[in-house]
Amino acid sequence: MERAQCIAMLYPELEDRLVVTIMGASAQELYDLGHRENFFYLQHAMGLASSIGLGLALHRPEERVVVLDGDGSVLMNLGGLATLARYRPKNLLHIIFDNGSLLSTGGFESHTTQGITDLAAIARGAGIEHVSAVDSPMDFGEAAMEALERDDLSVIVAKVKAVGPDNYGMDLALPENAFRFKRCVQERKARR
Amino acid sequence: MTVSYDNSKAVFEGIKAAGIASISALPETWLGLLLQRAEDDPDIQLIQVAKEEEAVGIAAGAYFAGEPHILLMQNHGMFGALNGIVSLAQLYGIPLCMLIAVRGHWGEPYPWHTRGGIVTEGVLRALSIPFEHARDPEKVGKQIQEAWTFSESSLSPVALLLTRDLMED
Repeated sequence: MERAQCIAMLYPELEDRLVVTIMGASAQELYDLGHRENFFYLQHAMGLASSIGLGLALHRPEERVVVLDGDGSVLMNLGGLATLARYRPKNLLHIIFDNGSLLSTGGFESHTTQGITDLAAIARGAGIEHVSAVDSPMDFGEAAMEALERDDLSVIVAKVKAVGPDNYGMDLALPENAFRFKRCVQERKARR
Repeated sequence: MTVSYDNSKAVFEGIKAAGIASISALPETWLGLLLQRAEDDPDIQLIQVAKEEEAVGIAAGAYFAGEPHILLMQNHGMFGALNGIVSLAQLYGIPLCMLIAVRGHWGEPYPWHTRGGIVTEGVLRALSIPFEHARDPEKVGKQIQEAWTFSESSLSPVALLLTRDLMED
């Protein structure tokens, strides 16, 4: 299964949700499907996408928040899974694409390669109740739909191939993304 | 030494008077009484993190959400949060109002705090993070308000350093 496939399946569902992605391939693959004002791409600060998602979810409980994360980033902030579990925002879906690789920095194998480290087990051990581990598009689609409808914190660990887009680049400066994303969140708040 | 009950209260009241209702924090001795108050106050949302860098992400989320938020941490915790401070807050132009307990400075009895205390101001200067020292309980409320205002207007991290003079009796 490829991450781009999963993101494409998810894309229609993201139209009305606040989305935070990590750097590199995940950000690019979402952007290439069509940028929306409710998407924020964290192009650095590895590990903090889930923390941004937590801050958003706790302070905007009426919104649904989706975080697109990766194994390399999550491994840099394992404590963040415990913080998510402790505060358990009902409106947060944390998707971890596990390609077993630090793809953006040369493709070195991460700790999850060959099943050495099991991120789903870590998420469960952190205290998150709804965790699914999937490795086929059908299972991903099912798990994602269930999680999007569930009124509780959910984590999906999706095993994907270590491949990314051929070209990288966005017509969106980083602070511009932050300003526009904030404006989008504020406009949605004002409309409610 | 004991942590100052009255001055912890003054800092907490300063936070509330600045209109801040959300705090992310990692507990440390000087912040203990302050965090106890935050935990007991139904109007304050306290988010305890496992490591201080998470608080930078949470603060960014709160900023996008439009909810005034501050971070409470020790100076050593700030060191552990540096990449988030630089590569999220400074890179994207996100305000961070940090209240930092500065351990390891004048009068510090514990050897393990000293190295961090000695380099704290140098690190803040190297990162162009504006900072002020809070020493006087009469002034700390105003300083919190000003730190908050400056972080919002400059879209950047600012640090109010909570000193021994303020936090210990």
